[in-house]
Order: sequence, then structure tokens, then C-alpha cells
Amino acid sequence: MVAWTDAERNAITAVFAKLNPDVVGPNALARCLIVYPWTQRYFSKFGNLYNAEAILGNPMVAAHGKVVLGGLEMALKNMDDIKKTFAPLSELHSEKLHVDPDNFRLLADCITIVVASQMGSAFTAEVQAAWQKFLAVVVSGLCRQYH
Amino acid sequence: MSLSTKDKALVKTFWDKASKKADDVGSEALSRMLVTYPATKTYFANWDDLRPGSAPVRKHGKVIMKGLATAVSKIDDLENGLSKLAEMHATKLRVDPANFKILSHCILVVLSMMFWNDFTPETHVAMDKFLSRVSQAMSEKYR
Repeated sequence: MVAWTDAERNAITAVFAKLNPDVVGPNALARCLIVYPWTQRYFSKFGNLYNAEAILGNPMVAAHGKVVLGGLEMALKNMDDIKKTFAPLSELHSEKLHVDPDNFRLLADCITIVVASQMGSAFTAEVQAAWQKFLAVVVSGLCRQYH
Repeated sequence: MSLSTKDKALVKTFWDKASKKADDVGSEALSRMLVTYPATKTYFANWDDLRPGSAPVRKHGKVIMKGLATAVSKIDDLENGLSKLAEMHATKLRVDPANFKILSHCILVVLSMMFWNDFTPETHVAMDKFLSRVSQAMSEKYR
């Protein structure tokens, strides 16, 4: 069980309050596909991922970015049992989608970078620490059913 | 992964802008690393104040940014250009090389906060690759 301090809960809630999910999700996923191009291997059905411009303008990437953010929102609502909440998603990513779990870390880093850009100086060191702890717990939940 | 001509050009252009706030970038990146990855504090046990923005953190942030400036100027031969720093980190400081990745991430977070308009996706790739290559060069003398 993960222990969250009140300060951490507040920081994470504050991040969600400030971020625009329609901006952060699509941008973070696009950046992941651009900065770590090998992650494109999972999105061969998404059409044109030929260059940065194509990826940034691709509606399927944007739609899936929103799906990812939706997953994070689900984690926020179930912060005290992310492991259990994410078990079905973990199974999906392992058994059906066959995603190398290291990619979750890469996407998490891109999400952090985009969130930081949206929040500016409000994304203090303490907020970043809480936010990255939250993402690490989500990633851990997603990795759990791999075998 | 090696840096293409385009990557190097993007790094240099972006660095021209970012280096104007080098002191702030260095201090912020180091502050974040110490708070977000508390294990990294073990390397600075002799400092009297490890809090974000403290005097030792600000001072050391400048040192780190000077190192990065050297890396940018020696971008065509990072292994030789960073050889002395690599030697120091390997033999004297003995910093576990995994920490270079951690600091690189914190630097990217701060750059995105402070220079988002210039931190385009192409620049982001170039900078991520550059810091990755710098980390690699810094790890050269460990064994």
C-alpha cells in the first residue's frame, strides 16, 4: 500500500486542477512518439506518424492522448488502491497490447515535461516530487500483471 | 544513438537562448533532483543546506551549467571534451552513472518550464539525445 502525505495529495490534486486534459494528454503522447520514435511500434494503425508535424496533427494520437489522461484521472480517484484499480489495464497492456513496460516510464517523463510547461513556476520541486511519485505508482500498477 | 547535424544545430540554437538563464536553470534542476530523487542527496552530505534554491545548491547549479556549456562547445567530440570531468566523476566523486539520467530529466523539465515556446518537439528530441550523449561521455572512465 502506498502512503500519501496530505501535502502530496494536495499537490497532485492541484496539478489536475490546473492541467487541461485535452492539451496535456495529446501533447504528451505526441512528444513520446517524437522523442522516443521506437514507441511508434505500438501505433501502426494510427496512420501518418512520418514526422513531428504529422504526429502533432494526427487525430488518432490526440484521441489516444486523452484516453491516457483519463487513465490518470482514474488513478487520482482511486489513489489509495491504484494497484487494484489498474489490474485490468495492466493485463490489457501485457497480454493484448504487448507493450514493453519501459515505455510507461518514457511516456510518464513526457507527461511530466508537458505538465511542467503548463504550470510554469507553480510546478515547484515539491510538486514535481509528488507528481512523479504518483506517476511511478501508476506505472508500477501497469507493470504488475506482467509475467 | 549519435547526434545528427540537425540535432547539433538545434542544441546550439536552443542553448544560445537557455544559457542566458543558466544560473536559474542549474539551481532549479539540481533543486528538483534532490527533492524528487532523495537518494541523490547522498552525494552532497557535506552541504549544510540541501533545500531548493539554497546557497550551496545555487553555487553547484552554476558548476553543472558550466559543464554543460563545455559539452555544447565540444559537441563534435564529447568523449575528449568531457574527459577530465568524466575522470573526476568516476575516480574522485564516484557518482553512480545512473544519476546522470536522473539529472538530465530534471534539466529537461526545467527547460520545458522556462523555455516552452522554444522547446519544440524537435528541440526536445535533440536535447534529450544530447544529454544522453553527455551522460554517456561522463560514464566513459568508470571501468
